[in-house]
Order: sequence, then C-alpha cells, then structure tokens
Amino acid sequence: MSEKRILRRQGHVYETREDRVFNVIVALILILAIAIVAYPLIYVVSASFSSTDAVMAGRVWLLPVDLSLKAYETVFKYQEIMTGYKNALIYTISGTAVSLVMTTLCAFCLSRKDFYGRKVVGFMVLFTMIFNAGLVPNYLLINNTLKWGDTIWALIIPNCMNAWYVILMRSYFENSIPNELFEAGEIDGCSPLRQLLNIAIPLSGPIIAVIALYSAVGIWNSYYDALVYIRRKEMYPLQLVLRNILILNSMDMSVTADLRDMASRQGMSHLLKYAVIVVSSLPLLLMYPFVQKYFVKGIMVGGVKG
Amino acid sequence: MSRSKTDIRIRPSVGKRICKSLPYYGLILLPLIYLLLFKYYPMLGIQIAFKKYKAKLGIWGSPWVGLKYFNDFFSSATAGTIIWNTFSLSLYYLVASFPFPIILAIALNECRSRKFQKVTQMVTYMPYFISTVVLVSMILQFTDISNGFVNQIIRRLGGKPINFMGTVGYFRSLYVWTGVWQSMGYSAIVYLAALTGVPQELYEAAKVDGASKLRRIVSIDIPYIAPTILTLFILNTGSILSIGFEKIYLMQNSINTPVSEVISTYVYKMGVQNGNFSFSTAVGLFNSLVNLFMLLVVNTLSKKLTDVSVL
Repeated sequence: MSEKRILRRQGHVYETREDRVFNVIVALILILAIAIVAYPLIYVVSASFSSTDAVMAGRVWLLPVDLSLKAYETVFKYQEIMTGYKNALIYTISGTAVSLVMTTLCAFCLSRKDFYGRKVVGFMVLFTMIFNAGLVPNYLLINNTLKWGDTIWALIIPNCMNAWYVILMRSYFENSIPNELFEAGEIDGCSPLRQLLNIAIPLSGPIIAVIALYSAVGIWNSYYDALVYIRRKEMYPLQLVLRNILILNSMDMSVTADLRDMASRQGMSHLLKYAVIVVSSLPLLLMYPFVQKYFVKGIMVGGVKG
Repeated sequence: MSRSKTDIRIRPSVGKRICKSLPYYGLILLPLIYLLLFKYYPMLGIQIAFKKYKAKLGIWGSPWVGLKYFNDFFSSATAGTIIWNTFSLSLYYLVASFPFPIILAIALNECRSRKFQKVTQMVTYMPYFISTVVLVSMILQFTDISNGFVNQIIRRLGGKPINFMGTVGYFRSLYVWTGVWQSMGYSAIVYLAALTGVPQELYEAAKVDGASKLRRIVSIDIPYIAPTILTLFILNTGSILSIGFEKIYLMQNSINTPVSEVISTYVYKMGVQNGNFSFSTAVGLFNSLVNLFMLLVVNTLSKKLTDVSVL
C-alpha cells in the first residue's frame, strides 16, 4: 500500500505538502457544492413519495419514509394541472419552432458578408438588448391594438426572436462553418435560401439544439406573459396553474375531500405540493441528461466569443 | 482588359449590391417585420409617458402633459423606497452571486478526476431548469412555520421556529441566496470555458519555477479570466435596476412589501392592474434610461481602465 503510493508519487512531478492540502480543499469545495445543490432537490422528491404523517412529523431526511403514492394519485386526478400541462406543451413546442425559424433566418442573413444592410439590421438586433419600450407600450400593442389577449399568439410571437440567440447562432455560422462551402455553393448557382437549407442548417446541429433547448426551457418555465395576457383559466399554462396552487394556495379542496379532519387535509395539501413540484419539473429533468452536452457547448460558444 | 481590372478594385455600386442581396431581403423579411412591429413600434408608444393617455383617443391623439407623471412619481412618498429597494436588492445580489461561480469553476478546473468533475457539473446546473414558480414554492414549503424542514431542524435543535416569509428582515437574504443556489452552476460554465483556454505552457513554466497550486491560481488563472469577469460585471451593472419581475412578484406578501416592492412590480401593478398607463410608462422609461446610463458609464470606465468593453 505505502509502496504503491510512493511509486505513484514518483511518476508525477513532486507534490508539496501544500499541494496535497490544496487538493483536499478542492475536493471539499466540490462535495459541498453538490450537497448544497442536491439536498433540497432530493428532499422534495423523497417527501413526495412519503406518507403524510412522516413528512409532518419531520421523519423524512434523505430517503422516502413509509413509501406512498397517494400524493401522485391525487395530482393526476387534478384536472387543472393536466390542462395546464397540455397547454404548456402546445405553447412550448410551437413557440420553440417559431423561435428557431426566426432566429435561424436572421442569424444566417447577418452572417453573410454579401448581404447589403447587415450592419443596420445587426444594430437593430443589438439595440433591443440594451433598450426596451417597457411593459405598458408592449401591452397596449398586443392587448389593445392586435387584440391578442387570451390567444396563443400573445405567448409565442412577441418574444420569438431573442437577440442573444441571434448573436450566438450568427457567430456559429461565421466561425464553425468553412466559408469555402458557401462560396462553392454560390459558384454552383445556389441561392441564399438553398445555401441556408442545404449547407448551413445540416452543419448546425449543436447550435440548433442549444437554442431549441434554451427557448423550450424559457417558455416552459415562464409565467409572466400568461399572467399579463391570459384571463381564461382553460388557457392557463402549467406555471400559472402552479402559481395558483403552490403560491396563492388556492387548491381545489375537493381533491382532498375524502380526508376527514382538517389536520390531515392540511398535511395532504403540504405533501401534494411536493408531488406537484416533481411532476411539473419532470419533463425538463428527463430531457436534461440527453441535452446536457449541447447545453454546455452552447454557453461555451457564447462565452468564448464574448 | 484594363477596365475589368479597375472593376475589381472599385466596390460594386450600391444599386448592384442591393440587387445582389435581393434574395437575402426575402429571408430577412419576417425577422425584420418582427423587429419593427414588436421591438421598435412600441418605442413610439413611450410618448404616452408625456401624455394623458385615454383609450378612446389612442396613443397619438391623447393630449400632452409634459413631465407631469415624472413629477408625480418623484414627489410621491413611494418613489424613494422603490428605487432604494430595487437598487439595494440588485447590489446585494450582484455582490453575493459574484464569487461563488468563480470559486466553483476554479475548483472544477483543478479537479483531477474527470468523473467527479462531470458529476459536480451536472448536479450544479440542475437548478437552472427549475422554474421560478417552483423555486419560490420550494422556499415557501421549506420555511413553512409548522411543516417546513428548516423549521423542523430548528425545533429539533431546541430553537424557536422562525416565520421566514412573514418577517421583513429575511426577504432580501432569502431572495439573494436562493438565487445564488439556482444560478451558481450555470454561471460557472462561462468561467470554466475561459479557464480551459489557459495555455498549458504557462502552468508548466510555473511548475518549473516551483509555484504552488494556489500560486498558479492567483497568478495565472485569475488574470486569465479577468476579462470574462469584467465583461459579465459590465452586463450585470447595466441591468442593476431591471431586477427580474418574476421571482420578486411571487415572493411578495403583505408583510414584506415595504422592502420587496421594486420598480418592475410597481410598473406592473400601476399599469396592467390599475390601468394607469401613462404613469406606469413614465416609471418604466425612467428605469430603462437609468439602465442604459449605467451600462454606458461602466462600459466607458472599463474601456479606459482595462480595454474590456461590450459595446
């Protein structure tokens, strides 16, 4: 054992005692970071799978106690949540699709040097990052002029082209796709549209994945636009339904009607919230391992290019 | 022959270049309409900050009132409080959220085991995917006076349960530290990306000179990522008064409004909820202008001092 350690040390550049202490500190920092971030998440999941009594008595610390699926049974019977889920899926998928088309079109044109007017349009995009008309002028346009209140358009169109994504994608087109390919295409008589469809897009998988991911996460998680523009309850996206249940505490009590006394109802509503949290965050967390690679890559592209 | 030679040197005329770009105008049409309609046309609507807006008369027909609404706002008792709340909360968040991603990124960069590094990264990004509604409800659940696990721990340790959400003094810290929890891993990625660009020779030279690991961080890593740190700092300062609406609005209750009412929530309440469109636009415009001003000031300063700028 000690021999092995000596051998290993000889293989490397000699480590001072200070360096070894340093390595331990690094490991401790990372372990601490994992613990702080993961513990609340684990607690939520464990609590949602435990019995009401165990959660109320504070017996849940890390793993589920008295395994129970009662909270989930109730959640899946909760009509509003299911409607919100469906709405959020529709808004997220259509919003992401619109956003991808618009971002790609704009970024592609801005990346081409022979596009006369790219500087003007580029500045127009940049300027939206540093100055915004503000809530009321936008509200007057969307709600009063366009009459988009209570429609899906109010949620997917007004923010469908994020300036930051345009810049990210443009720098990808400029730096990660060899310009010779476009030149060759041009010589062969490809129109810009053909160049976009047959050259740029097939080579842009990672950046498209990143922007799709960002947009989808953004739309799925936002409630602000719906709060401002949507009045009809059956059009509420999931986050707005969650706000009513989790924050405003306006839970439909009929779902816990079969419980007799007040205390167990209160306990059930506490427990139910944990299950609601898990169910609502599930789609993104399930998607996460698959897209994680792209997720990091996207920020790297943006970070390196500043 | 000589003509074609000069043709190459002289740039094509504007008409020719526009002609050649025609297909691009077809592609950029939708994004351009979008920009004009949803980003620039509303800017014309800002004029209602100087007008007494009436729905019947519309944005253009309403009568001018000059700076009336700005006067109303600045002479009101709430203005000072709201501006201070916004500013102090932003500053607290800016300062508190700054060091942790950098420390995490440096620790990740020093980590020898690839697997351990991957796991840490994956876990620490996870909160980024949690929505604001869920995050705030987690805060409410955890700090619940009777059932929340934070108070269960306090009780077990023999303390008295604390009503975190019902005490004015805890609001800022709850807001800021849960924000740090959520964004730490995500923010660390940018620094980590910058750190992977450090030339290996620098480390080797330092090793030969007998520099300890700590010394290498202080003398190589930190100077190397300083421009990134500064760039992010400029961008963050530019948004010092535009602190996000979503989380604060959800965390607000009748008890903490004296410290939790910020410009964005005030604009929402005055405009969309109460229908004071002109007043709300004036407050919003003031906010945007301060942001723009701060961004320009910090950017200019940084350009002068360190040659880093974002604009």
